[in-house]
Amino acid sequence: MLIRLFSLIFLILSFAAPSFAQSDPKPLINHLAKADFAEAEALLGQIAATGDTRVVPALQAFSDGDLYFRKSDNLVFIGKAAGAGFDLIDPVTGASAGQAAKNAVTKIKINNNLRRVIRSAMGGLTLMSPDRGVRLSAADAVLRSPSAENLDLVEAALAKETDREVKARMEEARAVSVLSSDRSVDEKRGAIQTIKALGGRNALGILGSVSGSIDASLKPDLDAAISAIQSEQQLWDMGQNVWYGLSLGSVLLLAAIGLAITFGVMGIINMAHGEMVMLGAYSTFVVQQLIRDHAPGLFDWSLAIALPVAFLVTGAVGFVIERGIIRFLYGRPLETLLATWGVSLILQQTIRSIFGPTNQEVGNPSWMSGSFPIGGMTITWNRMWIIVFSLTIFFALLFVMKRTAYGLNMRAVTQNRRMASSMGIKTPWVDALTFALGSGIAGIAGAALSQIDNVSPNLGQSYIIDSFMVVVFGGVGNLWGTLIAALSLGVLNKFLEPVTGAVLGKILVLVLIILFIQKRPRGLFALKGRAVEA
Amino acid sequence: MITSFIHRALEGKIVVAVATLLGIAVLVPALNLLTPPDSAFHIPTYVMALFGKYLCYALLALALDLVWGYCGILSLGHGAFFALGGYAMGMYLMRQIGPRGVYGNPILPDFMVFLNYKELPWFWHGFDWFVFAMVMVLLVPGLLAFIFGWFAFRSRVNGVYLSIITQAMTYALLLAFFRNDMGFGGNNGLTDFKDILGFSVQADGTRAVLFAISAIMLSLCLIVASAITRSKFGKVLVGVRDAESRVRFLGFRVENIKLFTFVVSAMFAGIAGALFVPQVGIINPGEFAPANSIEVVVWTAVGGRGTLIGPIIGAILVNAGKSFFTGAFPEFWLFALGGLFIAVTLFLPKGIVGTIQHGFRTRRAYKAAAEAEKGRDAPVAIAQAAE
Repeated sequence: MLIRLFSLIFLILSFAAPSFAQSDPKPLINHLAKADFAEAEALLGQIAATGDTRVVPALQAFSDGDLYFRKSDNLVFIGKAAGAGFDLIDPVTGASAGQAAKNAVTKIKINNNLRRVIRSAMGGLTLMSPDRGVRLSAADAVLRSPSAENLDLVEAALAKETDREVKARMEEARAVSVLSSDRSVDEKRGAIQTIKALGGRNALGILGSVSGSIDASLKPDLDAAISAIQSEQQLWDMGQNVWYGLSLGSVLLLAAIGLAITFGVMGIINMAHGEMVMLGAYSTFVVQQLIRDHAPGLFDWSLAIALPVAFLVTGAVGFVIERGIIRFLYGRPLETLLATWGVSLILQQTIRSIFGPTNQEVGNPSWMSGSFPIGGMTITWNRMWIIVFSLTIFFALLFVMKRTAYGLNMRAVTQNRRMASSMGIKTPWVDALTFALGSGIAGIAGAALSQIDNVSPNLGQSYIIDSFMVVVFGGVGNLWGTLIAALSLGVLNKFLEPVTGAVLGKILVLVLIILFIQKRPRGLFALKGRAVEA
Repeated sequence: MITSFIHRALEGKIVVAVATLLGIAVLVPALNLLTPPDSAFHIPTYVMALFGKYLCYALLALALDLVWGYCGILSLGHGAFFALGGYAMGMYLMRQIGPRGVYGNPILPDFMVFLNYKELPWFWHGFDWFVFAMVMVLLVPGLLAFIFGWFAFRSRVNGVYLSIITQAMTYALLLAFFRNDMGFGGNNGLTDFKDILGFSVQADGTRAVLFAISAIMLSLCLIVASAITRSKFGKVLVGVRDAESRVRFLGFRVENIKLFTFVVSAMFAGIAGALFVPQVGIINPGEFAPANSIEVVVWTAVGGRGTLIGPIIGAILVNAGKSFFTGAFPEFWLFALGGLFIAVTLFLPKGIVGTIQHGFRTRRAYKAAAEAEKGRDAPVAIAQAAE
C-alpha cells in the first residue's frame, strides 16, 4: 500500500516534472536569489532541464558574477555597472528593466563548483539551440571538457539532431562523455573507437586522462587506440615538418632565384645580390609608409603595389650597376666579386644613412595574417602565400627564359657572345637587361621577405651565403636545379633542426654542401657539353 | 741547398723590404721605450699597438697573396685560419690567467665556470704549455687547410666554386664558434688576458716585444714566400695560376702543388692570428665573419696581387685609412671601402705595387729595345769604317 502510494507520487512527480520543466524558467531563476550553494545547484539543474535557450545569457552572467537580486522584491536581474548604480536586464527576455542604485541590489554568490555546473548546463542548453553554429560550438565545448553529467543532454540532443556534421561532432562528444561516465564496458569500447577515429592531441589527452581509472578489460583497447593516435600524430608532425621545410625552401628559392640569373646564367658573382633583396624590402616599407599617410584604405593592397615598385627600383639599380661597373669586368668573375662587394657596402651604408640602422616595421595585410588548420597541422597564411608567390615567380621566369624572344637572346648571348653578336643581337643591351631582371627579381623577393623577416640594412647579408649555396648546389645555369636545391635544403634543414638544434643543423647543412660539391663540383644538375668550360 | 734556397729568396726588393721591417722591429720599440713621452721622437704605445695590428694584417694579406696572387685560388675563408690561430693563442692566454679570474677557479676559465662546466674539455688540455700552443697555432689552420684542400683540389673544385665553398667554410665556423657549448666562450670569445710567458700583456715592454716579433715574423714569412715563389716550384705555381690544364698535361700533380701552397698559406694566416690576439687582447667569433675575409682580399688587391710586397703595403694602407675614417667620419668608412673595391678592380687591377712594377718594366723594356737598336746599327758602322 505504502509502496503503491510512493510509486503513485513518483509517477505524478515524473509526469509533473516535464510539464514543470516546459514552464517559464523565470521563477526558477528568481529562486536563485535566496538559494544557498546546494540549492542553487539543484535549481541550475532544473533551469537546464527547461531546455529554454533564452536563459543562456543569465547563466553566463551568473558564472561571471554579474547576476544580482533586487532587495525590495527579490527579483533576479543581470546587472551591468553604469555610473554609480547598475543597469538591470531581465534574465530571460534580455529586456532592459531600469536602473538600480548600488546598495539596492545584492550580488548572487557563486563558487567554482557552481561555475562548473553552469558550464555543463550551458553546454547542454546550447546543444539544443536552433542555430546550427551554436550547436556545433557547443558540441566542441563538450569535446574539450568532457564530463559524465553532460552525457544525457548530449544523447538527447543527438536524438534530435538532423544535420550530419553536427551529428558527427555530437557522436564524438558523446563518446568522450561516455568514457568518464559509469556506462557499460561495451559502450565504452565503442566510445574508444570513436575517439580513436577522431585523432589529434585532444583525443590523446582524453584517452590518457581516463587510462588510470578505466576498467582493466578495456586497457588493451585503450592502449591500442593511444598508440594508433600517436603514430598518426607522428605522421602529422612529419607533415608539419615538411611544410616548414617547404616554407623555408621557398624563402631560399625567393632569395636565390635572382642570383640564379645573375650568377647562374651570366656568370657574375653578384655579392650585391643580398642588398638588392634589402632594397626591395625597403621599397615595400616606403610604399607602405606612403599608403599609411595618404590612403590608409588601400593598406590591404600595399603589397600588390609594392611588388612592381620594388621590381622597378631594384631593376633600375641593377641596370646602373651593370652599365657602370660590371660591363668592364666580363670574363673576370673573381673581380666582379670584389666590385659587387664594394657596391654592396655602399648600398648598405646608403640605406643606413637614410633610414637608420634599426629594424623598420613592415605590416602584414589582413589576408596574410592568421592561420588555418589542415588535419593535425597549422598553416599560417603568410607562409602559404610566400610558397605560392615564389613558385609563381619561378614559373614566370622559366617562361620568360624559355618561351620569349628576349629569353632566347639572353641564352644565346650567355652561350656564345660573339656568335650572338654576329647574328645581330645587341649583346650589351641583353647583358644590361638580364642583370636588371635578376636584380628586379631579387627586389620582388625582398618585398615578399619583408613580410616574414626584419627589415634592416643587414637583411641582405643574412641571405647572400644561403643564396649562393642554393645556386651552387642546384647546378649553375639551371633554374630547375635551383628550385629543387632550395626546397630540398629547406626540408633538410627543418628535419635536422629538432635533432641537432637550429644552429648545428645549419652548420651540418653547410658542411654537407661543401662535401657534396667535392663529389659533384658542378652541382646537382650540371650543364653538359661545351657550356661547361665556358 | 737550403742556403741556395734562401740566397735565391733574397733578391733586391725583398732584401730592402726585410731590412726595412727589421729596422722597424728595432726602431719603433726603442723609440717607444727609450725616449721620454714629451720627446718629439716618442712613439706612444697605442700607436705602436695599432701598427702591430697592421703588421698582423699584413702577414694575413701576404698569406692570401700566396694562394691568390701566385696560385689563382681566391680564398674567401682566410679569416678562418687567422681566427683559428688566434683562438689557439687565446686558449694559451686563458690558461695563463689561472686563479686570477673573476671566479678564481685555478683550472677552468671564467666562461666555463659561468656555463657550469665541471672539467676542462679535452681539447683544452696542453694549452697551458706555450710550445704546445705554438705548435697548435700552426697545426690547426694547417690541418683544416689540408683536409679542406685535399677534398677540394682533388675533385678539381676551382675558381668561383672554390671561393664560395671557402666562404661557406668560414661561415659554418662562425656559426659553430658562436655556440656556447662549443667550449670556446661563445659570443664573447676569449678575453681578459693577464700575461704571456710570465710578462703582463698590458705592459709597455711586452707590447714592444710583441711588435718586434710581429715585424720579425712578417719578414721571415716574406723570405719563405719569396723562396717558394722564386724556386722552380714557384714557376710551376704561376703556371697553375695561368693555365692549369696545361700544367696538368705536362705531368705535374696540380692538386698537390695547390695543396702545399694552401697549407703554407693557412699556417701564415694562423701565425698572424696568434700575434694579433695578445696585441688586441680579445678573440671572438666575429673574426670568422665572411666579410672580414673579403676585406683581406681587398687589401691584397689594393697593394697588388702577385707581388709579395704589395699585400703588405696594401694591408697597412687600407687599415690606416680605416682607422682614420672610422675615427674622423664613421659614416663614410663603408662608402670609402666600397669605392675602393670598385676603383681597384676597375682602374688598378694590378694594384699599387703591380702598377709601379709594370711601369718600371715597360721603361726597362723600352730602354733595352733602344739599346738593341743601337747594337744592331753597330756592325754596319764597323763595316762602313772598314771599307
